[in-house]
Amino acid sequence: MQLSILFPAVVNGILNGALYALIAFGLTLVYGVLHIINFAHGTLLTAALFAAFFLYRSLGLDPYVALLLLTPAFFLIGYALQRFVIGPVSRGSDSNILLVTLGLAVIIENGLLFAFRGDTRTVDLPYSFAVVPFAGLFISVPRLVGFAGAVVVALLLWLLLTLTDTGKAIRAVAKEKLGAQLSGIDVAHIYALTFGLGTACVAVAACLLIPTYYVNPHVGNAFVLIAFTTVVLGGMGSILGALIGGLFVGLVESVCGLYLGESLGQIGIFTMFILVLLLRPSGLLGARA
Amino acid sequence: MTRRAFLPVLVVVGALACVPLVVHSDVVLNFLVTALLLTLAGQGWNLLGGYGGQYSFGHAAFFGTGAYATAILQTRYGLNAWPAFTFGIAAGAGVGAAIGALTFPSGLRGSYFALVTLAFAEVLRILASVAPVTGAGVGILVKLDPGIHALQFSSRAASYWFILSLVAAALVVNRLIEGSRFGAWLVAVREGEAAAQALGVDPTRVKLTAMTASAALTAAAGCFYVQYFLFIDAPIAYGPWISVEALLASIIGGVGTVFGPLLGALMVKTLGEAAKLVTGDAPGLDLMLYGIVLIVVVWIAPRGVAGIGERCRAWFARGSLGAGDTAA
Repeated sequence: MQLSILFPAVVNGILNGALYALIAFGLTLVYGVLHIINFAHGTLLTAALFAAFFLYRSLGLDPYVALLLLTPAFFLIGYALQRFVIGPVSRGSDSNILLVTLGLAVIIENGLLFAFRGDTRTVDLPYSFAVVPFAGLFISVPRLVGFAGAVVVALLLWLLLTLTDTGKAIRAVAKEKLGAQLSGIDVAHIYALTFGLGTACVAVAACLLIPTYYVNPHVGNAFVLIAFTTVVLGGMGSILGALIGGLFVGLVESVCGLYLGESLGQIGIFTMFILVLLLRPSGLLGARA
Repeated sequence: MTRRAFLPVLVVVGALACVPLVVHSDVVLNFLVTALLLTLAGQGWNLLGGYGGQYSFGHAAFFGTGAYATAILQTRYGLNAWPAFTFGIAAGAGVGAAIGALTFPSGLRGSYFALVTLAFAEVLRILASVAPVTGAGVGILVKLDPGIHALQFSSRAASYWFILSLVAAALVVNRLIEGSRFGAWLVAVREGEAAAQALGVDPTRVKLTAMTASAALTAAAGCFYVQYFLFIDAPIAYGPWISVEALLASIIGGVGTVFGPLLGALMVKTLGEAAKLVTGDAPGLDLMLYGIVLIVVVWIAPRGVAGIGERCRAWFARGSLGAGDTAA
């Protein structure tokens, strides 16, 4: 009896957690390289969800197809934001970066609210409610696709960082900014590139999320603290850590929701977040920064 | 600390106190009351964020606790508004001390501190939106009972003078701290924690004291909110809006200055009203403008509007001495 309730909750939690991980990749990447916390991350997710929604609603573009369009588009947006707004405005000061990304978050969220009002919208896709049987459970197909997507993106990011010259440059800047600059790496470009990659991850997450989720101007906020928790748990800057952290956060939310009720499920996440920050700020897997 | 240091405070508060004698429009006075409410919340933020350099993104935790404590003590326990107001401030200060005691000893600062304060405010928001004692999703209505005994003012002018006196008290406190040994410690911690520690300052204790005082001021704003609007619910009390606006007022006005929050709050509210006048009551536009102003201020005037004033004064002083203007 107990197990028959718990098992579906665990599976659901892990599938949700994969999407949390996907959102957290961008955050952890930006933190690992730029050493900043991007407060606009959640609202960029909202913007991507709106983009996916309107591409489907007005052009009939399937979200999984829109992914191919939105990922490069959001890469460019992220690149431009860091290169032309965050970088020049903050002049490298940590507290300024905090304020600028907060300002961006406020602008994007309220710009969307102003343009589209507070209505909650959903897309109706033929496969939104498709399920496959698995071990006596029915698993949602879009969620399964989301899980696969998270794993693929993690793999791609890892390959990019370890095998390519660009990846090498990114790692060099993350480790030793000045040294990288002295060996001819354009740090401002690498910063913007990393920010672009982080934003592109958000676009992927949005396209995988929209078939089973909804969008309104505030939707990203729900993911902000979840993504931060994931990143802190996995250790700031670690892709693998974010993947494992995401799955764990999804699990905790789902199981807490089961025992405490839906609205209190998030309390579990925040409490975990505060505890991890207080007790082990370097994360469960992360090395000391 | 000479008596002259308080002269600007006296002049500004005196001038503001005369406003209701000249202006009788309820709309204008209401606008000024909300601006002063934000000033008070911002003064709280500025004490910790401006002087102490600890940027909190969760001052809603203190605002909301003050507001809820005032409302709950009156409606559920039948307490008079005056002691309820006082307990509200104490409750906010208590939450500030508790969060500070949890976070500062473990060395959380910078972005981490901002994040953890945000998380605390969110936890309180979720709890308040389900707990029966806070009225869960419905919120709490305080019974209308105009009169000085219930701290409810029938005229806008009286409300205005009451919040102005709170703001004035906060201005004096700020001035006193600026001129005190404690203020010097606080600024030392902001400028370099390790260096301050090497000189014998205990950074954790200094930050903890600042956070408690900061929380008390912002909680007072929450208490006043309840007495003025007679209603509170979870999104108002613990929602991110007040955290953001308290921070905005200080940063735009001039972070770490006595008059920064007042200047900033007046500017932010004027901007919001202007936006509403131009476009009608469009949701989101005012906050969007705040965001743009925040970025522009960080970009062009990192010391806020008060900083611009100082720079102008320095420029004029140089000019009058004929010292030339070779300095950038």
